[in-house]
Amino acid sequence: MDMVRGHILCCGGTGCTSSGCDAIIKEMEAQLAAHDLEKEFKVIKTGCFGLCALGPIMIVYPEGAFYSRVTPEDVKEIVEEHLVKGRVVKRLLYAETVEEDNIKSLNEVDFYKKQMRVALRNCGVINPEDIEEYIGIDGYQALGKVLTEMKPQEVIDVIKESGLRGRGGGGFPTGMKWQFTYNSQNEQKYVACNADEGDPGAFMDRSILEGDPHAVIEAMAIAGYAVGANQGYIYIRAEYPIAVKRLGIAIAQAREYGLLGKNIFESGFDFDLEIRLGAGAFVCGEETALITSIEGHRGEPRPRPPFPAVAGLWQKPTLLNNVETYANITQIILNGADWFKSIGTEKSKGTKVFALGGKIKNTGLVEVPMGTTLREIVEEIGGGIPNGKKFKAAQTGGPSGGCIPEHLIDTPIDYDSLMAIGSMMGSGGLIVMDEDNCMVDIAKFFLEFTVDESCGKCTPCRVGTKRLYEILEKITSGNGTMEDLDRMEELCYSIKSTALCGLGQTAPNPVLSTLKYFRDEYEAHVRDKVCPAGVCKKLVKYEIVADKCKGCSLCAKKCPVGAITGEIKSPFTIDSEKCVKCGVCMESCKFGAIIKK
Amino acid sequence: MKSLAELEAIRNRAKGNVTLRKDDHAVRVVVGMATCGIAAGARPVLAAIMDEVAKRNLEHVAVTQTGCIGVCRLEPIVEVMVPGEEKVTYVKVDEKKAAEIVSEHIVNGRIVTKYTIGAAE
Repeated sequence: MDMVRGHILCCGGTGCTSSGCDAIIKEMEAQLAAHDLEKEFKVIKTGCFGLCALGPIMIVYPEGAFYSRVTPEDVKEIVEEHLVKGRVVKRLLYAETVEEDNIKSLNEVDFYKKQMRVALRNCGVINPEDIEEYIGIDGYQALGKVLTEMKPQEVIDVIKESGLRGRGGGGFPTGMKWQFTYNSQNEQKYVACNADEGDPGAFMDRSILEGDPHAVIEAMAIAGYAVGANQGYIYIRAEYPIAVKRLGIAIAQAREYGLLGKNIFESGFDFDLEIRLGAGAFVCGEETALITSIEGHRGEPRPRPPFPAVAGLWQKPTLLNNVETYANITQIILNGADWFKSIGTEKSKGTKVFALGGKIKNTGLVEVPMGTTLREIVEEIGGGIPNGKKFKAAQTGGPSGGCIPEHLIDTPIDYDSLMAIGSMMGSGGLIVMDEDNCMVDIAKFFLEFTVDESCGKCTPCRVGTKRLYEILEKITSGNGTMEDLDRMEELCYSIKSTALCGLGQTAPNPVLSTLKYFRDEYEAHVRDKVCPAGVCKKLVKYEIVADKCKGCSLCAKKCPVGAITGEIKSPFTIDSEKCVKCGVCMESCKFGAIIKK
Repeated sequence: MKSLAELEAIRNRAKGNVTLRKDDHAVRVVVGMATCGIAAGARPVLAAIMDEVAKRNLEHVAVTQTGCIGVCRLEPIVEVMVPGEEKVTYVKVDEKKAAEIVSEHIVNGRIVTKYTIGAAE
């Protein structure tokens, strides 16, 4: 009997791979074979489902049973109960999907309900290593339509009309970029894809390439046709091995099917792609540095103009877009500019993917229409803050962005409203912070990152960010003065206005936005020498409350530096000179006698 | 790839593979696949239903399985659930009856009363 009656989808994204999906897939295949079911069920390794917090994830269709945190030991039960006997294993179901006796459709679960998946439409649905599955859900139809029915200028007009803006951070209108490259006269032009996703916490580009690589390949071919280029480059971080591998497989399959190469669809249009691996520098995500790096030089930015649309790769006109931008293209071609325009806000059309991280229940990847409020993302989709803590701020835009405080949580998220409150869209990292996070420490964290990643070419960034970091360090060690705050602000503005590229120009944003919304925390560090959240070690003091201490000596035994002394059965004391503020004593005390000040 | 027609051919071939993963199936056909059902011949029935559904390109139909519903003597049991209508339970189904149920009930909307549990009791 050769009939497939069910599909078992296992997430093979980076998140689930590190939580062990490969072992589960192997066990599933072994169990299916043992029960003689391998012809009835197909095991498919897909891209990311988005709900990384619950990985490894397995979905069994046609029932749509969503199993979360599956272990290899659970697989036998799933096979014997669900696949053989048709009884869904309730204890393994994602709790949100169980409603009385029914399994709720995934789209009705809070995490997915408010989402609208355009760029991520195929992630977690198809097998990214099988081009036929992509074709089965209308893949390469858009390329076919463009090559057989449309003129290049018509394609550009549709993209312009749709209002799509660059998803990599800046939000430049994509159609305009295509038009500029089209207008540049040259025999040789290039298209390139920026997959050098460097913001800490952002991983949507990786997930798209892992889960739906053909969407990017198809879009790049369309872009090549529109601007008049027949060679494309995908610049991807070497730190993304799964994405690189699947992209390689996808390109090879597209060539084999004649969807890349010579005379595609007998239209006379040739197009091919190559992968270029990045060498791990954050600055290579900046467009001019990325181009320099593809050319084989050290990844350093150069002044603009000329813009890449005029003189990019090897001084030829080059169209450079981000992965997520490309992932929207085929849908715009197939569904029309009007459809795309109907989603989002007045100036920001379509959807945006956010990588939710930090103090949030549903860590993962979400895609929402532009204009969704931060509150909806954090509280409804994200499931709120764990452990009953209070929301303090959300950081968007990575090291180039800023912190959004609680009183602005109802801000609709789009390019312009984020700019207006001193943050930015960036690539879409969204890190949630609760009352235990110190905002000065957060600013210091991001500054440390930019200091590390500054390429050193221009002085404002190389020296300026370093000085800024030193002032922050001074403040967090309790040696700051009120003048430091003013000096820091002044320095921020000079770096912003004089740095060579986007990295330096946006590097002060985390400091400026925290200074704007959380000045009281800075002042507490400077004036009162305390860290209100109890994070900055030099300002924290551990003490033993004599009344509560039973003199059990457990803390003294645990203390790694021998800072706690005392006699058994009488209160112990902490020598704050010796204390390294690791907090082990507080964790080990059974009587809650140790407090942090 | 020579032409759009070729792409279309691959799409049609691959489509069935992917539609199984949609969440919006309107009609559900459930086959009892517990020990009793399998012993009574539920497997070929399931195969026949899937075959018929595929042959007729019924993308809105999900064929799934369930456990024992308690009337083992009437297995193989097939239940058809159409939204807005009451569930219909067919009993002692074989391959031929299964194909008829798909064409009559699901396609034409006429319940095959003679195979239902009501008729058997």
